[in-house]
Amino acid sequence: MNNKNQNSNTNSYLDMELLRFSTAGSVDDGKSTLIGRLLYDSKSIFADQYEAIEESSKRKGDATVNLALLTDGLRAEREQGITIDVAYRYFATPKRKFIIADTPGHIQYTRNMVTGSSTSNLSIILVDARHGIIEQTCRHTFISSLLGIPHVVFCINKMDLVNYSEEVFLTIKKELEAFSSKLEVRDIHFVPISALNGDNVVNKSEKMNWYGGSTLMYLLENIHIGSDYNHVDCRFPVQYVIRPQSDEFHDYRGYAGRVAGGIFKQGDEVVVLPSGFTSTIKSIDTFNGSLSEAFAPMSVTLTLNDDIDISRGDMIVRPHNQPIVSQDLDVMLCWLSDKKIFLGGKYAIKHTSNDVRCIIKDIKYKININTLHRIEDDKEIKMNDIARITIRTTKPLLFDKYSRNRITGSLIIIDETTNETVGAGMII
Amino acid sequence: MKSYNLTHLEELEAEAIYVLREVAAQFEKPALLFSGGKDSIIVAHIARKAFWPAKIPFPLVHIDTGHNFPETIVFRDDFVRKIGANLIIGSVQQSIDEGKSVEEKGFNASRNVLQTVTLLDTIEKHKFDCAIGGARRDEEKARAKERFFSHRDEFGQWDPKNQRPELWNIFNGRKNIGEHFRVFPISNWTEMDVWQYILKEKIEIPSIYLAHQRKVFIREGVIMSTSDFIQQRETEPSCMMQVRFRTIGDATCTGAVESDADTIEKIIEEVAAARTTERGTRSDDKRSEAAMEDRKKEGYF
Repeated sequence: MNNKNQNSNTNSYLDMELLRFSTAGSVDDGKSTLIGRLLYDSKSIFADQYEAIEESSKRKGDATVNLALLTDGLRAEREQGITIDVAYRYFATPKRKFIIADTPGHIQYTRNMVTGSSTSNLSIILVDARHGIIEQTCRHTFISSLLGIPHVVFCINKMDLVNYSEEVFLTIKKELEAFSSKLEVRDIHFVPISALNGDNVVNKSEKMNWYGGSTLMYLLENIHIGSDYNHVDCRFPVQYVIRPQSDEFHDYRGYAGRVAGGIFKQGDEVVVLPSGFTSTIKSIDTFNGSLSEAFAPMSVTLTLNDDIDISRGDMIVRPHNQPIVSQDLDVMLCWLSDKKIFLGGKYAIKHTSNDVRCIIKDIKYKININTLHRIEDDKEIKMNDIARITIRTTKPLLFDKYSRNRITGSLIIIDETTNETVGAGMII
Repeated sequence: MKSYNLTHLEELEAEAIYVLREVAAQFEKPALLFSGGKDSIIVAHIARKAFWPAKIPFPLVHIDTGHNFPETIVFRDDFVRKIGANLIIGSVQQSIDEGKSVEEKGFNASRNVLQTVTLLDTIEKHKFDCAIGGARRDEEKARAKERFFSHRDEFGQWDPKNQRPELWNIFNGRKNIGEHFRVFPISNWTEMDVWQYILKEKIEIPSIYLAHQRKVFIREGVIMSTSDFIQQRETEPSCMMQVRFRTIGDATCTGAVESDADTIEKIIEEVAAARTTERGTRSDDKRSEAAMEDRKKEGYF
């Protein structure tokens, strides 16, 4: 009958994957319409939800049902008709479960998009076919690249308003390709759509026979996400040490954590950082039994064949592939606070399972996120600014470049007086 | 080539385990809020997995309104005994007796709101610095913007407009003395994920989630269970119906749905075809459009 029903067929859910994607856009570029279409066609909007927002929309005098009301649940948002924060929406098809991080286009744009995109596999960037690339398109693309989102899908929307013209599509596509070549985006797709009429969203458009590519939904369901995690460099940040101290598990010492990269196998030779002691993996334990291997993003518990003093913040890696160990880091920073950053200021840092302090040593340049130009004469960093800075930490961090590993290459900066998270850092 | 990919349930479970271990590492005295409902059962189940072969390193806390479905309490005690956990009960009745709460009156009287006082009291009394809950972002619109690590000030209040940004999987649990956190490990799960996981993991749940014959009455279109805690109007006669509960809260505000789903498989089919949200049966959410947000700001779950 519909997608959701197939979803429940015997055991089919045991093969479903999870895809996290983010959407970014301003009020009138058709983002709500697009999300609405995806939710409708996967039967993910419930009758009582729909009736409630239909009622609210009518009361406010909106001509159409405003789908943003589905998640704009906070009183202030409903009153002011704005989205304050990243909103998460969920839907599923028989193939995949989807988590949408929907970020608002106007206030605190950068802060929200950085937050919403930080765990995304894929970014959908909407381009109005009538206007082509505008400043906002560049901004979205740059942030997607900065956050290392593996897949970017440009939806050239409102094709119905340009007579479904192949020429318009190809011109915009060419411009986008030129712009993206200046950035590090691994996998780019272009889909001509009309979110309003449903062309190429879930169903293939009959009005654009010249387009031989996939629909948006086909891409979302089939894009290869198996390589989005790093499966090369073995990294296991120790999160918690498990010591049952029961009769049955008297001498058990397990190192609990989530694999941040690579494939760990039972019997592997490993080195524990920062101490440098070596051992071999005795077992990879879970509640459901021991495993022969573990990879990102699995949560497991490792036991080693040697008795070594290991605690939270240590990292288990392979002897011939080790992370960078340093107190001096260059970081692309997105500033999230309305308090300015202080050159020479001291902040707390969280990086993998480590807590350290740092001092801001240098602010090298800011980036104009609309033009990608470096700004070297104005180094005052305010909320939503992106800048390259140098920091020195109180003790060495064990890290990889963000472009190599999003887990071991990311950190957050915390104001020690307010405990607020004030900065997001991607290690260069 | 072998594909190194997790299924959606495996990935959601790995995420929840990671969050629970962060709680154990970052807080001194966490507690797991356990109502005996399916979401808190799942969180407790995952907590068991996260720390195995050790026991869950924090107690379970039940904020007891005294208006329970008897099946839930039997289940709760059985569950706690099986996993060898420590159970702390915060009693709404006691808060009322001590004069900290005042019982609502009338036909729609419920102790739902009163839970907040007892919850905050229990947190203060035991000096808990983190309360883990089973709330999900898909449940209710005010919860759609909730963080995994959600900060509460010294009055237990939530400030939704001023939440800490949460990036990657780096959780900032830093706080001042007297403040605490609410942590939601299954934020990203949907009702469907929960049922699929219950089926996959063969998790036991209270019997009232499955279809059964029950003495009920209808109030404003919602099927309510006949019980000593609810005053029925003369126009609300009791009758027997084949029903099940989609959520389990206080017996005074949780409605049932007509259903023949007497197995988890059938429930999954029913959820897939459902046209209303699970909280559609909760009269506590219907008090106003922002009912949940208002309660959450005060310190509700």
